[in-house]
Amino acid sequence: MNRRSLWEQIVQQLEARHADLGLAVLQHIKLVAISMGIAIAIGVALGIAVSRVKKLEGPVIGTASTLQTIPSLALLGFMIPFFGIGELPSIIALFLYSLLPIIRNTHTGITNVDKSVIEAASGMGMTDAQILFRIQLPLAFSVIMAGIRTSAVINVGTATLAAFIGAGGLGDFIFLGISRSMDALVLIGAVPAALLALLLDFVLARLERAVTPKGLKI
Amino acid sequence: MESMVEFVNVSKTYKNGFQPVKSLSFRVQRGEFLVLIGPSGCGKTTTLKMINRLIPHTSGTITVNGKNIAKQNTVELRRNIGYVIQQIGLFPHYTIEDNIALVPALKGWDRRKIRQRVEELLHLVGLDPAVFAKRYPKELSGGQQQRVGVARAMAADPELVLMDEPFGALDPITREQLQDEFLRLQKELGKTVIFVTHDMDEAIRMGDRIAILKDGELLQLDTPERLLTHPVHGFVEQFIGKNRIFQNPELLPVTEVMRSDPATIYPHRSPERAITYMRQRRTDTLLCIDEQGKLLGIISGYDLQGDSARIRTVSEIMKPAEPVLPIDATAKDALVKISESRFGVIPIVNEHGKLSGIVTRGSLISVLAGRWKDEEGGVVS
Ligand SMILES: Nc1ncnc2c1ncn2[C@@H]1O[C@H](COP(=O)(O)OP(=O)(O)OP(=O)(O)O)[C@@H](O)[C@H]1O
Ligand SMILES: [Mg+2]
Repeated sequence: MNRRSLWEQIVQQLEARHADLGLAVLQHIKLVAISMGIAIAIGVALGIAVSRVKKLEGPVIGTASTLQTIPSLALLGFMIPFFGIGELPSIIALFLYSLLPIIRNTHTGITNVDKSVIEAASGMGMTDAQILFRIQLPLAFSVIMAGIRTSAVINVGTATLAAFIGAGGLGDFIFLGISRSMDALVLIGAVPAALLALLLDFVLARLERAVTPKGLKI
Repeated sequence: MESMVEFVNVSKTYKNGFQPVKSLSFRVQRGEFLVLIGPSGCGKTTTLKMINRLIPHTSGTITVNGKNIAKQNTVELRRNIGYVIQQIGLFPHYTIEDNIALVPALKGWDRRKIRQRVEELLHLVGLDPAVFAKRYPKELSGGQQQRVGVARAMAADPELVLMDEPFGALDPITREQLQDEFLRLQKELGKTVIFVTHDMDEAIRMGDRIAILKDGELLQLDTPERLLTHPVHGFVEQFIGKNRIFQNPELLPVTEVMRSDPATIYPHRSPERAITYMRQRRTDTLLCIDEQGKLLGIISGYDLQGDSARIRTVSEIMKPAEPVLPIDATAKDALVKISESRFGVIPIVNEHGKLSGIVTRGSLISVLAGRWKDEEGGVVS
């Protein structure tokens, strides 16, 4: 198959399937958004918990690390006996898979805040909650964001595999293309997925810059 | 006077049984500047942090402002105590203004009052609010940052300020500047300060009293003068350093450098008699006194030589004795004044104006130099 005919195929497939592609992109975004949303909420919370209660560090980070070592496709497969197929097991798997970088970076970010700043803060009578929300989290923000970006990029990639357990998304095109030996279909799924990852990373980077306190950028 | 801080048999014992502070008892008066000093690891920081409960003590009682700290709300206690540390610990994401405003904001002051207070404090520590208020800590030098650290500790006008080697990381010139300024501020505002250092010069310079700690025990708590002249413990003497007192002539009483047998004369004596007496005593000045021993003036040998044929009594060439120092003056006063003295001598008088002795260039040099020689020879003076 030469280039020209591949290009023609792509054009032809896009003409036939542009509506489906739009829906697939939306579905993909939905999987990523929901699983990332939960992963951020729970990951940051666990990261905070781990940084305050030393005993939790081993079990929590250990579990998240183990989850991360399971091949993504296998993790999706594990979900089927518990949650069947479709969106729910995919989102759960994506969520679990995104946890580690967020927990780890939240933990690192908080524990790396200058000890003398914390000592001054508590010595002046800030409560633990005030120290957490006004000092530790703002100062750990860029490290936490770096974890979230790593997770998001992995998540977009892994979400293409969710099509295997019937959650739809851009993976549908890729698998259809593979099974029918149609490179054009594979590309129609893969290129937007790659673009989505790049775009998300870019947007999060911009967001991080916009929200980083001015005193830390100098 | 009521004490601001009181320790009664306070100890700290860690779980492993280690005791960095052992049954410490002392009082700090209101308005007093107390310095804690001692070798590394002797428990200075631990002692300080037990006061604001950053380190909980394990036995004994600590009272701040008449109240047992164990029975107070920790956060409340801390908001009423200023705290300055060597690493400064400014919040890097807060402006200078917001850093200083922290405790007032925590205490719920209204915005206008906080703004005013911040401005006042920046002036107080020698930083122009127009230049510095909106800056971030990273945009300041180390010395400027610690000025902000001091301002932040003073923000809510605490009666007590705890400082742990606050100037330890600064270069010597900046350090001296901040020491002087802070001391002036402390006296002006009447704050009680507990100040940790391992620098004896700083301790002597700043402290109303100095507490010397070793292995968690208090060896001596005294004024710098008493510590230098009457160390109660061999370690204290060694720790202070024997030469220290001669580097600090302001701590040496003038009586240590004066002669108590000045050559004196009554005003009605003849010039011949004065000349003979001068030769005898090998001096070129005589101090004129009345029958009660009160200092009247000074007779110089030079005037006597020139005018002896013309006059009948020495009172005719008597000059006012200037300068004169009181008996409670220091050797430093003498060192400063001696250069102003026309005749190179300073009469020392007691509280009734009676002559007690005389400081001459010779007596100053021989006493100060003599001490150095003792030191070299290993003789304790
Ligand atoms: N958490 C801890 N557990 C056990 N021992 C401790 C702990 N924290 C401090 N110590 C010990 O307590 C002793 C006193 O420490 P502290 O910090 O009060 O010393 P310091 O006089 O301030 O010394 P430096 O001049 O070096 O600052 C030290 O020997 C230190 O090792
Ligand atoms: Mg210390």
